[in-house]
Amino acid sequence: MTRALRDFPGGIQLAGNKGESTSRPSMTAPLPRRVVIPLDQHIGEPARPVVKPGQRVRTGELIGSPEGYLSAGVHASITGEVEAVEERPVPHPSGLPALCVVIAGDGTDEWIPAAAQQTDAMSRGALRRRLREAGIVGLGGAAFPTAVKVNTGPESAVEQLILNGAECEPYISCDEMLMRERAGAVVDGALLLMRALDTRQCLIGVEDNKPEAIETLSAAISTIAAEGVEVVPVPTRYPGGGEKQLIYTLTGKEVPSHGLPADVGVVCQNVGTAAAVHDALRHGRPLVERYVTITGPGVAGPGNVRARIGTPMHELIALCGGYTGDPDRLIMGGPMMGFGLSDDDLPVVKGTNCLLVTTETRFPRPDQAMPCIRCGACTEVCPAGLLPQQLYWHARAKDLDRVRDYDLFDCIECGACAYVCPSHIPLVQYYRFAKSEVRAQEEERHRADIARQRYELRQARLEREQREREEKRQRKKAALREKEKSTEDRKAAVQAALQRKRGEAGTSSQDTSASQDDDG
Amino acid sequence: MRFNVFTPPHLRPPASVSAMMREVLLALVPGIAAAAGFFGIGVLVNILVATVVAVGAEVVMLRLRARPVSVFINDYSAVVTGVLLGIALPPLAPWWLPALGSAFAIVFGKHLYGGLGYNPFNPAMVGYVVLLISFPREMTLWLPPAGVGDGPVGAGEALTRIFTGSLPPGTELDAVSMATPLDTIKTQLGMARTLGEIQAGPLFGAIAGRGWQWINMLFLLGGAWLIYRRVIDWRIPAGVLGALAAMALVFWAADPDLRPGPVFHLFSGAAMLGAFFIATDPVSAATTPRGRLVYAAGIGVLVYVIRTWGGYPDGVAFAVLLMNMAAPLIDTYTKPRVFGQ
Ligand code: SF4
Ligand code: SF4
Repeated sequence: MTRALRDFPGGIQLAGNKGESTSRPSMTAPLPRRVVIPLDQHIGEPARPVVKPGQRVRTGELIGSPEGYLSAGVHASITGEVEAVEERPVPHPSGLPALCVVIAGDGTDEWIPAAAQQTDAMSRGALRRRLREAGIVGLGGAAFPTAVKVNTGPESAVEQLILNGAECEPYISCDEMLMRERAGAVVDGALLLMRALDTRQCLIGVEDNKPEAIETLSAAISTIAAEGVEVVPVPTRYPGGGEKQLIYTLTGKEVPSHGLPADVGVVCQNVGTAAAVHDALRHGRPLVERYVTITGPGVAGPGNVRARIGTPMHELIALCGGYTGDPDRLIMGGPMMGFGLSDDDLPVVKGTNCLLVTTETRFPRPDQAMPCIRCGACTEVCPAGLLPQQLYWHARAKDLDRVRDYDLFDCIECGACAYVCPSHIPLVQYYRFAKSEVRAQEEERHRADIARQRYELRQARLEREQREREEKRQRKKAALREKEKSTEDRKAAVQAALQRKRGEAGTSSQDTSASQDDDG
Repeated sequence: MRFNVFTPPHLRPPASVSAMMREVLLALVPGIAAAAGFFGIGVLVNILVATVVAVGAEVVMLRLRARPVSVFINDYSAVVTGVLLGIALPPLAPWWLPALGSAFAIVFGKHLYGGLGYNPFNPAMVGYVVLLISFPREMTLWLPPAGVGDGPVGAGEALTRIFTGSLPPGTELDAVSMATPLDTIKTQLGMARTLGEIQAGPLFGAIAGRGWQWINMLFLLGGAWLIYRRVIDWRIPAGVLGALAAMALVFWAADPDLRPGPVFHLFSGAAMLGAFFIATDPVSAATTPRGRLVYAAGIGVLVYVIRTWGGYPDGVAFAVLLMNMAAPLIDTYTKPRVFGQ
């Protein structure tokens, strides 16, 4: 506990507002009658549907098989009949619908038989395969496939596993409740992940505004005698739970810009992910359920619920007393980085950590943005050490070269800059826009490169073929000449012989020479 | 149920431009009160005229540029420009002086560059320098502070002079006016007197000019509060005052008979006003953390240089404008280190 901690640059103090949703234990949501399970709940390739309408599925059964390396499996979260495999609205910032499996439940919740798990004997590769099949993804919100994250390659040794229990965004408390209620699973999951990573040290970073979580985790560590696992309270400062920020706080290592934590020998996982790893490897239970915080001034009885993936959001809100006041926004995630949803009929997905319902009094509509007054407040708070106002100027001017000069892609979109901006400029919007522009441009360039390469290759091929044809022609010509020459020689020889013969016998020679000429 | 969708972050932002500007105005109050106490009602008239004209000019320009007037008037930035210019003017200045300077500051110093956020120069200082160059006599006409000689002229006399341009019969302008301490040092050093002799005069108090030392102290107080409230960046006043004091220290140590010491410089003229309220105008200052130190130190050095060897008794306005010009360049060379690079 006397670990020397580092201070990451920038950051802001925010009121936690977590007490509302942590005052009572989490509730298990009743089984939903119908679930809508998107096949694309993770970063990477969507899973491929492996069920058909009309088919009966049991809880935990694979309904979407991972496609490609960066992918994860998707499982039935209730028992029942597949109603449809079709595009449905999903909670995604793009607002676009995506392919989903719709299951009508029969209320039995019959699980697939848990395969006996011999985790101790499993190789690292086998562990990773299990995680991939069990659909384990990062549960902190980003939903990055865990199997990919723990595959750090043979050459990079992992010094530390870091479990992220910081939960720095206000209002969200799902990780806190999970740590308090399932500390054993978290710690055991940590041990399993350490095995998968072949590392001996695990630091669990928890912001010091969660003393109960820190206590229960410490107790679980000593109960299990989990060697090498340590809970480290970190100062409460947003965005202290950012991956790069937490790694720096705990280890003093800076993840290189454009790099990965693995580049500095660290792998970071969310605490909820660790518990899911425990469920998958010890109990053979794929990821079909998660903790979701239902909170905000627009919810009557804020709390945490354990909800099956695919449950309609309004069912969970109803479970927490329904709406109160004048609900204005429904936000998936926290008030800093979460995105607005237009409808509460959307399904809970693996990345749904929090549903925040706001009212206009507590979360007023954004003011009109004023011009940037270059006050530098944004620079002070940027955890990435960027110059947000310069990025803003160049993003606004669509000067894509300059935004890259100002390290746009090191921006973690934490929103600290926009929060402190006295001119109320929606800075993060500009950065997102600029990022997508740059990506589009790169794509374009890439395509152009490919096209040019193709063109050049084709050109080269044509030239080569041309050259070859030419050479062949030349060769043929030469050969012909050669042949002609030899024919001539032969003719001459024949002639000479004939003449000799003629001299001797005087027979006809013309036929022979003509038949030989044909062959040229 | 349907919901409204807005972009993150969703939390109510804690700061706003108008709140910042209001705090700046509030922080100016003690210094202004002291100035009015020592130099009379003229100080307040200057501020009032300059502010009214600044706001008027702002409205006209916003209309002409087809910008939402109410949104931008509420940011209080025009008020701050007017007040800062008003404070800087001599207390018996004719009314058209603050009016002209203020209009120039808003029209040419601000809106012709694109308005709030786009002006490369501090508008109040643009107005001030234009007045200083165009009306050098009016701009150097100071009064003795309260407690020196007869003190400043009375309110009635002051108002007559300000609005009619002449003093009541029987009073001579030369008789009621008096140079500032900085000006006095400059001219009298030129007359081969030592600093000790000059500072023994009635204009000088314990640490700097009478009256002026108090005004500066109260601007320091207001400025400290702005730092505490995080309205201004500490680096700018620290840089300005640090560099000014360092320059003064070096030259004073070399020749204490000729050069006033650091304390005198810090509490004279517009040093504190400049360091906390003028150089800190974010729009025209450098923006990177290190850049701000460089920018501010530049101002401090220039203030000393102008005061000591320049053609004007004080140098804050010129120093700020010169460093405004250098700000973009400073920013380019002082990019902070990106995390992970
Ligand atoms: S905080 Fe806002 S107003 Fe201040 S410099 Fe940054 S972008 Fe400009
Ligand atoms: S959103 Fe990006 S630029 Fe703004 S503070 Fe966070 S990391 Fe810095």
